[in-house]
Amino acid sequence: MLKVNGLEVKLEEENKRILKGVDLTVEAGAVHAIMGPNGSGKSTLSHVLAGREGYEVTGGGAVLEGEDILDMEPEERAAAGLFLAFQYPVEIPGVGNMTFLRTALNTQRKARGEEEVSSAEFLKIVRAKGKALNIDAEMLKRPVNVGFSGGEKKRNEILQMAVLEPKMCILDETDSGLDVDAMKLVAQGVNGLRDKGRAFLVITHYQRLLDHIRPDVVHIMHDGRIVETGGPDLALKVETEGYAHLTAA
Amino acid sequence: MTTEAKRIGAEKLLAALPVPGVEGDREAGWAREARAGARARILGAGAPTKRDEYWKYTDPAPLTAPLAPAGAAGDAPHIHPFGENARARFVNGLFRADLSSAPKGAVCVPLSEALRRDLGIARTLFGVLEARGQEKVARPLAALNTACATDGLVVQATETATLHLVQDHIGEGASLLHHLIRVESGAELTLLESGTTANTAMEVDLAEGAIFHHVRLQTGARTPSATHIFARVAGGASFKTFTFSTDGGLTRNEIVMELTGDDASGHIAGTVMARNGGHIDNTVFVTHDAANCKSRQVFKNVMAEGATGVFQGKIYVGESGQKTDGYQISQSVLLDDDAEFLVKPELEIYADDVACSHGSTTGPLDEEALFYLCSRGVPRAEAETMLVSAFVDEAIGEIEGELPSGLMREQVAVWMAGK
Repeated sequence: MLKVNGLEVKLEEENKRILKGVDLTVEAGAVHAIMGPNGSGKSTLSHVLAGREGYEVTGGGAVLEGEDILDMEPEERAAAGLFLAFQYPVEIPGVGNMTFLRTALNTQRKARGEEEVSSAEFLKIVRAKGKALNIDAEMLKRPVNVGFSGGEKKRNEILQMAVLEPKMCILDETDSGLDVDAMKLVAQGVNGLRDKGRAFLVITHYQRLLDHIRPDVVHIMHDGRIVETGGPDLALKVETEGYAHLTAA
Repeated sequence: MTTEAKRIGAEKLLAALPVPGVEGDREAGWAREARAGARARILGAGAPTKRDEYWKYTDPAPLTAPLAPAGAAGDAPHIHPFGENARARFVNGLFRADLSSAPKGAVCVPLSEALRRDLGIARTLFGVLEARGQEKVARPLAALNTACATDGLVVQATETATLHLVQDHIGEGASLLHHLIRVESGAELTLLESGTTANTAMEVDLAEGAIFHHVRLQTGARTPSATHIFARVAGGASFKTFTFSTDGGLTRNEIVMELTGDDASGHIAGTVMARNGGHIDNTVFVTHDAANCKSRQVFKNVMAEGATGVFQGKIYVGESGQKTDGYQISQSVLLDDDAEFLVKPELEIYADDVACSHGSTTGPLDEEALFYLCSRGVPRAEAETMLVSAFVDEAIGEIEGELPSGLMREQVAVWMAGK
């Protein structure tokens, strides 16, 4: 599904290398987790894959289902099936949650040559998917993320994921700022989307999210590279031993 | 420029235009006196120059070039943006009865007729609020209008009325229109205005408890345009005006509002969307002269491609303006590095128990928000339109009624599509 090959990235503004050759292959149907200490480059990897400005790719590449995504605009990547659940979902005053999500869905469908979804159909889809995430009509009517609690914002991210049905979902520290109950709800949402045609890349500091979203593969990232790859047990090892031991290896 | 040069500039402005109503069917004596008073005001103040503090951000030169009288116009096609309301239409500075229809709930007379026959409220208003509006700051172009306007609309609303004011100008020369509006106690007038002229003045007098909504659409004026609104708002009355201005060359809108009775309220709002070197200036002067009055100024501006925007907003609270609630905000989005917005907020307060606030921001669209929208599949241009529409909506939200506010929202989308 996603193949990242020797990806090297530096910040555009300053001459600072962040990713120093990331290799990663995520197969369809799989859940991969990336763990690592602060500043290891986990979030940068997710930003670069989604197409955020401010980074310069100096080497390597990233291919989504055979298509090179690094030259695409963010909206083209979305239409190609990539989705990034933000660590800090952005508040957008004045833009209704529903209007936004419907525009997103229909522009993606249009870009893929699919038929647009009518208002009535859309409403039905959103209501059904929102219900599973405990998102009520009131929340859908409000402007995007404005006045949402931390938990509501993350649930809203998962709702967008559920409605847009991407193939490759990247979750950037989705557990940050969530209490246990909120995390469980988010994890349930994600687990509900697991499918043999869909892959997940879950970026997290802590093992606790992985108790709820069971990964197939765990990677440890340090200083801009993936330094270790293993099964779910690797996350448990991090939990007990921390990163110092692994990164020294 | 010296005082002498300013006076010569004013003389030239006056000399270029005929004195109305002195030949043939003459205007009434009181009207001629009002015209003479206005001539004295512009000669006293002189033509504005860029060195005047009030014109610091807008060079008045294009507005002070002597105007030629409007030429004759044939039937002018006009798109009626406000739907099928009763309509008062002016073409090249003259009322066109054949293209107009009378509203219910209000009496309308052309100014040219009112000044000759002493009709309606013309005598008590013509040049009166304009002169009052010059007491604190000189507004010579408004005096020029009173002195030389060829026509305009005199409206007296006694019930609930809606009227569309259409001002067309075709071909050479300049139109000068002067409108007089009186809304009686308990009456409510909605005035929808479209079309631009070289110089328009409007004097609005609200009786106690009267309600006035004004929505003005200024789009694509190619020639320089100066407008003035002078409003006097009596106790418990409500004055609301909203102006949507796009593109064009140079536009200067001055709104002078006096809250003269207790519990009066005034909302002055606007949206400016300018590009391609356009220059649009909204200058507002609000006076609180009574207790418990409320005023709001809400301007949202979007600038691009070498356009310049200006907002000068003043709240003046006299000694009798206790418990004033004054609010003013001007926020601007610059869509590129080539546009600018200049703001001058001012408060002058002589009462001790007031709440007045003002704020101003200018900056680019939020890149984080744009990325968020794009990352969900929304193309950049559409994401910009979504953010701009959301941004200006606070100002558009000041408009009463779904028809005019819906129309303004459409205009925002049209402008963004043409970017």
